[in-house]
Amino acid sequence: MHKLRMSIQKELLLLRRDIGGVVILFAMPLVLILAVTLIQNAAYQRSGDSQIPILIVDNDKGDVAKSVFENMKDSHAFDLVTEIDGKPITETSAKNAVFSGKYQLAIVIPENLSSDLQAKIDQNVEKILLSFGLADSLKPKVAERIITKKDVKLYFDPAVQMSFKNAVMNNIDKMISKIESQSIYAAFKEQLGDEAGTDPFENQNFIAFKEINPTVGNKEIKPNAVQHNVPAWTLFAMFFIVIPLSINMVKEKNQGTFIRLRTNPVSSAVVIGGKTLTYLIICMIQFYMMIAVGIWIFPLLGLPALNVDANLFMLTVVALFSGLAATGYGILVGTIAKTQEQSAPFGATSVIILAAIGGVWVPVFAMPKFMQYVAMCSPMNWGLDAFYDVFLRNASIMEIYPEIALLFLFFVVTITIALLYDKKKRSV
Amino acid sequence: MDVIIDIHELSKKYKGAENYSVKPLSLQIAKGEVFGLLGPNGAGKTTLISMLCGLLEPTSGAFAIDGKTYESDEKELKKIIGVVPQEYALYPTLSAEENLTYFGSMYGLKRKELKTKIAENLERLGLTKFGSKRIDTYSGGMKRRINLIAGIMHEPKVLFLDEPTVGVDVHSKNVIMEYLTEINKRGTTIIYTSHHMTEAQDFCTRIAIVDRGVIYAQGTPSELIASTPDARNLEDVFLSLTGKALRDA
Repeated sequence: MHKLRMSIQKELLLLRRDIGGVVILFAMPLVLILAVTLIQNAAYQRSGDSQIPILIVDNDKGDVAKSVFENMKDSHAFDLVTEIDGKPITETSAKNAVFSGKYQLAIVIPENLSSDLQAKIDQNVEKILLSFGLADSLKPKVAERIITKKDVKLYFDPAVQMSFKNAVMNNIDKMISKIESQSIYAAFKEQLGDEAGTDPFENQNFIAFKEINPTVGNKEIKPNAVQHNVPAWTLFAMFFIVIPLSINMVKEKNQGTFIRLRTNPVSSAVVIGGKTLTYLIICMIQFYMMIAVGIWIFPLLGLPALNVDANLFMLTVVALFSGLAATGYGILVGTIAKTQEQSAPFGATSVIILAAIGGVWVPVFAMPKFMQYVAMCSPMNWGLDAFYDVFLRNASIMEIYPEIALLFLFFVVTITIALLYDKKKRSV
Repeated sequence: MDVIIDIHELSKKYKGAENYSVKPLSLQIAKGEVFGLLGPNGAGKTTLISMLCGLLEPTSGAFAIDGKTYESDEKELKKIIGVVPQEYALYPTLSAEENLTYFGSMYGLKRKELKTKIAENLERLGLTKFGSKRIDTYSGGMKRRINLIAGIMHEPKVLFLDEPTVGVDVHSKNVIMEYLTEINKRGTTIIYTSHHMTEAQDFCTRIAIVDRGVIYAQGTPSELIASTPDARNLEDVFLSLTGKALRDA
């Protein structure tokens, strides 16, 4: 026990003497979590100060165009631009501005869209009523005009991501469908007349969505960018411990202190135990720091506060086992690497890969089937699942037991491989 | 002879290597000896010492130190040996006292005893006032002295020294050699490698000249000089046995 205590003391001293390294260990995760959450929150909430400018070419000047633009304005996601350098926008100038990357999107509403839509609907409604014998016999017959299909043109900056493109197209499609259905209702209403002032149709949506969230006690756990980001980026930061830890081990090999330790009457378990416990302490400090930032700093920046109604003890358990997995991985990388040039880039890149396949950036359910299986091999995926289970699903210890067990197994396996590798190196 | 190190047909061939680094050799070292292993670069000295320190597994053969082997009694064996490697095996950002506290505690030394040992050794090697200074502020000679203390604080029965004075100034070298002589007089057996022939001739009670993994000759310095025609000193013996060709490869 004395040797283990002295090993921890030595590791802490080494960290204390490397102030730059300590600052990076704690400051970088904070900068990361603040930056990512601010960006994601802006992207999804679309507050007034983060509107996307959209070029509008209104060749219709009718009700449909007006309705589309009003809906877009109401969403607070877009800033509608109708002039460039004081000149009204034409389809050509809009196209050039978007394709050159100055704007991300231009919408061109075709000529006579409103009047042609109305005429088409009137024709269709009249045909239907005629087939039921309900047509107005007093109304003079008008020769049916051929109305051609209209295209609302969308110009996208080629650099725009597919997800953004799809979201915009879906929204515009939804708006136009709504306008169409409202126009159809209005046409029927006009044809059938308004009896005793009652509206023959209910214009409100019959089907509506209601989101039901899990609850802790009587309080609903409402997911937001903060609830997702804090666990994800905390895990990411914890796994970045791999870099300083592996560098620490490579340095020991290069300095010769590792050789000296191997000639000392001290077991590898004590040497590795000292490192594991020290870096586990760092991981836990990182974890509590991120939680504190989520609770107290985020609201100061206009972000939603982290909701920790979930059991803090359970979160600590998940963090502890995630920290063990990260430390085990760091020890393995440090044991195998011969130089810092090997350990640092490999450590960093492999952590980014583990994060990517683990669902830190893209949710696992959105990945292709094959990658979903690969994701199951990432310790960050197990940690993330366990965090989400506690944070967002109010899970009990038995429900997160499989993820915890996997994280611990990962720690055991990485340490065992490191010890076997070290033993093998001795017998060369 | 009261044998403390008993080596029997010990050999080492690295994986993938064509030749043995140490060909099967047998050797006995008596308690209280200062045994010098001299040889050109690549002779197999460090490989032999690394096996005796438990850093490398032998390819064949066996050895015992004070009747103990790594296979049966690794922890007890490591307690009675001290190792002073050729590199400064110290943490550069820690002070001398912090380094010695850590390495001393790995030998099981605790609080008061540890503090006393550190203070005594620092004083003996003229480093008391530098004890709280970081190693990366030390000169080469000062680092060598701390490197030595880290290997002897626990008063080992057998001390392995791999070129303990390489690259140090005359004063530091003198202090180190005097202290090693003192330690030996207290009963510690010393196994020592060096390229300094004069130093070895003065310091060692017995010497083995090793080359290409084989012991070419062994005996006291005077025996070796006497047995080599026209040799006036140990360097002449060395060149006569190992040749004058460069050994850079």
